[in-house]
Amino acid sequence: MATLNVLVLVCLLYVAFLFAVAFGADRAARRGRGTWLRSPVVYTLSLSIYCTAWTFYGAVGSAARSGLEFLTIYLGPTLVMIGWWWTLRKMVRVGRSQRITSIADLISSRYGKSNLLAVLVTLLAVIGTTPYIALQLQSVTLSFSTFAAHDASAAELPTLQSTAFWVALGLALFTILFGTRNLDANERHHGVVMAIAVEAVVKLAALLAVGIFVVWGLAGGIGPTLDRIDASPIATWDQSGGRWIGLTMLSAAAFLCLPRMFQVMVVENEDEDHLRTAAWAFPGYLMLMSLFVVPIAVVGLDILPPGSNPDMFVLTLPLQEGRDWLAILSFIGGFSSATSMVIVAAIAVSTMVSNHVVMPVWLWSTGGTAMMSGDVRHVALLARRLSIGGIVLLGYLYFQISGGGTALAAIGLVSFAGVAQFLPALLGGLFWRGANRTGALAGLGVGATVWLYCLFLPSFGPSMILPQTVFDHGPFGLGWLRPQALFGAVGMDPLVHAVMWSMMLNTAVFVMVSVMTFPRPVERLQGAQFVNVFQHSGTAPGWSGGLAQSEDLLIMSQRIMGGAQAQALFSSAAKRQGLAGYLPEPTPEFLQELERELSGSVGAATAHAMISQIVGGATVSVEDLMAVADETAQIMEYSSQLEAKTQEQERTARQLREAYQKLTQLSVQKDAFLSQISHELRTPMTSIRAFSEILRDTEGLSSEEKGKYATIIHDEAIRLTRLLDDLLDLSVLEHGQVVLNIHSGRLRDLLDRAVGAAGGETDMFKIERHGSEEELWLTTDLDRLAQVFINLISNARKYCDAGKPVLTITAKLETAGLVIDFTDNGSGIPTDQQSVIFEKFSRIGHTKAGGAGLGLAICREIMARLRGEIIYLPGQSGASFRVILPSETVSVPHVASA
Amino acid sequence: MDRKVLLIEDEPNIIEAISFILSRDGWEVKTHSNGHDAMDAVRARRPDLVILDVMLPGKSGFDILQEIRADADLGATPVLMLTARGQIKDRELAEKSGVSRYMTKPFANADVLEAVRSMVGS
Amino acid sequence: MRETPGPVFLERRTYRRRRMADAARMLPILGGALFLLPLLWEGKPGEPVRTSMVMFYLFPVWLLLAVTSVLISRHLRSDTDNGGGHGDH
Repeated sequence: MATLNVLVLVCLLYVAFLFAVAFGADRAARRGRGTWLRSPVVYTLSLSIYCTAWTFYGAVGSAARSGLEFLTIYLGPTLVMIGWWWTLRKMVRVGRSQRITSIADLISSRYGKSNLLAVLVTLLAVIGTTPYIALQLQSVTLSFSTFAAHDASAAELPTLQSTAFWVALGLALFTILFGTRNLDANERHHGVVMAIAVEAVVKLAALLAVGIFVVWGLAGGIGPTLDRIDASPIATWDQSGGRWIGLTMLSAAAFLCLPRMFQVMVVENEDEDHLRTAAWAFPGYLMLMSLFVVPIAVVGLDILPPGSNPDMFVLTLPLQEGRDWLAILSFIGGFSSATSMVIVAAIAVSTMVSNHVVMPVWLWSTGGTAMMSGDVRHVALLARRLSIGGIVLLGYLYFQISGGGTALAAIGLVSFAGVAQFLPALLGGLFWRGANRTGALAGLGVGATVWLYCLFLPSFGPSMILPQTVFDHGPFGLGWLRPQALFGAVGMDPLVHAVMWSMMLNTAVFVMVSVMTFPRPVERLQGAQFVNVFQHSGTAPGWSGGLAQSEDLLIMSQRIMGGAQAQALFSSAAKRQGLAGYLPEPTPEFLQELERELSGSVGAATAHAMISQIVGGATVSVEDLMAVADETAQIMEYSSQLEAKTQEQERTARQLREAYQKLTQLSVQKDAFLSQISHELRTPMTSIRAFSEILRDTEGLSSEEKGKYATIIHDEAIRLTRLLDDLLDLSVLEHGQVVLNIHSGRLRDLLDRAVGAAGGETDMFKIERHGSEEELWLTTDLDRLAQVFINLISNARKYCDAGKPVLTITAKLETAGLVIDFTDNGSGIPTDQQSVIFEKFSRIGHTKAGGAGLGLAICREIMARLRGEIIYLPGQSGASFRVILPSETVSVPHVASA
Repeated sequence: MDRKVLLIEDEPNIIEAISFILSRDGWEVKTHSNGHDAMDAVRARRPDLVILDVMLPGKSGFDILQEIRADADLGATPVLMLTARGQIKDRELAEKSGVSRYMTKPFANADVLEAVRSMVGS
Repeated sequence: MRETPGPVFLERRTYRRRRMADAARMLPILGGALFLLPLLWEGKPGEPVRTSMVMFYLFPVWLLLAVTSVLISRHLRSDTDNGGGHGDH
């Protein structure tokens, strides 16, 4: 039996699978694909991080110990979800309209962006989350060791600590990788959410599978299962009312306040409408999660040896029955519950820590000047990553120090009670405009203190942190301050006691202080924004134009848009309404149109505010005022952008002008080209026709004359043919239909060939070359290149006007490539003609019979095809043409080859 | 025979052809092969007839024609224009500039002779 | 001018929406009351309330609440009248 090894393997495969899912989802989201990423189903499943390993394993343990009480943990969130119209809807709307990044951000933002409040919330969140993360690590290690204990073949048991360490490390890695891809917390973590949704399915399937196995496989059906329940130690319903009510309320409060729940519920929310689905689907999910808990607990108590840890029944039952694969599935389910909680909690808390603690400290330490935005982004991302590592590390250390004992088991509810302290400030902020920062600070401070003193510190056990005497007689002998019997409330359940006192004092102080103190202006603005979020946000608030004064609107519009334009707008609107003159009825349609027009000039928020001032129907909302302030701050940026735009327009206009000129030029060129062709064709034809008529019609020509004229006809015919060849060649080259015939050859051979074809060296025409430079190998279309060389050489031969024409050909390798210069000793080409010599039919000076002026145009086209260049080199001794070949076509000779 | 014709043309083979045809017909043919000093040649030769190519190095045939027409002494000299550019607007330009006769290359030798005879005979 | 549906229909729809919102607000209160109800149960002497009985009560109630929530939330699209807006960024 290699179960443990199989488990480790399956586990690693599962983790790899989760990485792949997260990666794939991130990629799909970044490419704009994957609308399924934004489905309400995924949203609902992501909420299931509420069900951590504590509920996956612990619910059965709780049921085994105290019956149905575990249900309260699920009933509270169920009530919150089906009551989404009250609270969640508002939270999500506020979160989206205010670009909220965490619950600390929400509370601080509501109370005038108070960072002190944010720090307090963050601190409490860290204190509440750290043990919870430790609890997840514990459950993974505990389930692992349970597995190992059942595997007799496992030679050496891995220590708990090492398992916890690797799990913590992996989780930190995953979270940093997929949780800090982008800085903007309003950009969703698609990868993380998708992985969590997958884990949600896995843990539900695992628990259902174990449940079905227990009911039908072990107990023998529904009837026998019920009999077993009735016969079990938890057969009777003797629930304490205080705990039932208290825990339901506590879990409901925690569901709203837990940082990780806030993260998936509000921050990761894609669409408010998803709440409509989650409103019934999530309660359904919770119901399924708890459906088999009692049967598993009862059967476990019945079958497993006495003293077995009921927290591990989900795992030990299949193991005991030899269902290894079911046990592995169960383990994976618990693993999913633990990991998804840690990942999201780390993201949520690290966002708080970096945004409200690290960043302010960093900004303060750098003198409060956020120099460049890129700089800040970098620091913020780094802070986020370090915070994630820090949070997970804290959880790990907590697990190490607490020794992973049973003390941790109670920490789930302790943690719930801690974050529940946010509730008065949260709900008060959403529903009561009178709530203010001082009140929130005081309430939260009192609540947190009571929680720490009455629940958190005692949770470590008597004499751990608080000495036993404090439990018995209160601090300094003040009996009414005993942590579990505050103000003489003796004999209460400690948890209910702490929750009651902390929440009650928290709320009372919050309300009283809020009533007695005055908020700052920003708080009042934000308060109105939050409480009246449905009036202020949403799409394009409509205008009711009953009170609007069209004339006032016209006057205002004229001031902004200019008289003529405003009057045109108004009169056309009036015409559409069937009215004469300039003043239309201020219908909502018209007001909206006007607002759009105005916003083009003064910005959307200002336009809205200005119209609303005149229309009077709606008061200027706080949002509008804030937005106006924002816009004012952005004026500098806008104007610089406008400047840039103007420049761009000018650039475009210039480009258009140039394009137009080019087109006109092209048209002129086309006419000139046709005219040129006509001329070039007709000229040799004229000679041919004239001399053939002479030969035909003239009697008595000497044979010498006949021969001469026939030769002229012949030459002109050849000239005509060559012209047609050139034209076709040029046409092919220009239209890119040329097929290059790539060969390798030595430059010297190529030049030899070109010189020969161009008539060779004679006494009347010297060619100077340097053989050593030409020992280069070229890999290109050698025939085409030779054509260029021939053309240049024969041009020099034809046009060099020196007394003793000499053409110098040099070749050298430069960074640009291979450079070959053809320089003669004539008078060169006049400067004004240098720019046109490569154009078709441009001829330098005028020709004797011969060139049609296409040669250099063809050369230019050829060189372009060979990815090289031909240019006229001014300032040389005579006419000089430079041929440049790209360096990749040239290879340096092997020294050995001669 | 005293009929003098001045041929202003840059294409050597065409010069040779026209010279041959006209001299066989009894004309005294003088030639000139560039544009910029063509006017001097006309003044110096004082021909009875000028045969003028359009595309000449240095100066276009149209310009030379206009200068001839503008000249008090030479203004009435008949000018036969030869062009290898068959475009209508060239013909229009030539007629506006006061050409006596306009022919497109390639031409029939007989047509040239007929044109030259009729222009000087009239 | 935008085309608007017949006034009778629009009014009915708005009215229905408002009532559905009322129902949505009531549902958690009803649910809370129903969840607390078993606390009031007292068994006869010698025959205490059984856990299985409470389960047979709580789980159907739970299911009922979820189903009711389906029915209600179906009528409560996000509160802008032009609906849609899914493709918006």
